[in-house]
Amino acid sequence: MPRIVVDVMPKPEILDPQGKAIVGALPRLGFTSFSAVRQGKRFELTVDGEVTDAILAQAREAAETLLSNPVIEDVVNVEVVEA
Amino acid sequence: MTELPLIGGAPVAVEPQLSGAKIGVVTFPGTLDDRDAARAVRMAGGTAVALWHADTHLADVDAVVIPGGFSYGDYLRAGAISRFAPLMSRIIDAANSDAKLPVLGICNGFQILTESHLLPGSMIKNDHLKFLCRDQVLRVENNTTFWTSDYEAGQEITVPLKNQDGQYIADEKTLDALEAEDRVVFRYVGWNPNGSRRDIAGISNAAGNVVGLMPHPEHAVEPGFGPESNAGTDGLGFFTSVLNKIVGGTQ
Repeated sequence: MPRIVVDVMPKPEILDPQGKAIVGALPRLGFTSFSAVRQGKRFELTVDGEVTDAILAQAREAAETLLSNPVIEDVVNVEVVEA
Repeated sequence: MTELPLIGGAPVAVEPQLSGAKIGVVTFPGTLDDRDAARAVRMAGGTAVALWHADTHLADVDAVVIPGGFSYGDYLRAGAISRFAPLMSRIIDAANSDAKLPVLGICNGFQILTESHLLPGSMIKNDHLKFLCRDQVLRVENNTTFWTSDYEAGQEITVPLKNQDGQYIADEKTLDALEAEDRVVFRYVGWNPNGSRRDIAGISNAAGNVVGLMPHPEHAVEPGFGPESNAGTDGLGFFTSVLNKIVGGTQ
């Protein structure tokens, strides 16, 4: 079954408090090479059958209206992954 | 039905004509504060009407309170799924219509109002990442909205604050516009508890009928439960304001 993957990230200009907490925890585990972390979301939308252009357009619209909030987040990727 | 406080006498002299005003209180799956909000309406002298998120009509209410809680478990984003409930479409239409339905969003209700685009900006996690519950001092910056007319401009009130995603953010242009149009209704005083831009605790739409804030006025409506420095009834003015507005408007 093909899936449409949607990736959403906090906007670059918005401080990501969760990412900041993670970057603070990494050195405590000995991971000292990372200067910043930003945490986003990945959605996997399963499609029964073929992913047509219309279905992909629906996924893009859902990504902009429900899956992300354009005030604080950007949809950075929408792609089809064959199972 | 008028509600009596558990301790002491009625915090305000309830005016009989206010009981004709009906204020809807919306319950979503995961709402916590609907009963307190309904009680606050009754303590102020109004009639509370329970509304369910799946309802498709507004039951002729004169105003709506969207209470706090964790609707849909805050899944996806706080308020994001509730925004698409059938009743929210009715509320959005009525708030934007010429009738200017008064709408108050408290905490999760404020988050739902920003997700609905009835109010600009959004809330993200508190800058310190912790859930916080405290008595919070607020300054009433605008007492001309439907929900704040019973306060003095500049009055400081103390009401509970309890949230994890309370950091109000918007871009600089939006913040400048909110300030210029007098739409910052409440600011945190003394300490900014969550990193909100420009200490903003609550805002309104341009018409002043829609107000949202993170702190909880519905938890501060009867004496004996607030901090010692204060009677604990500072939140009651929200509800008497809108009731007086409704009754005055229909006379």
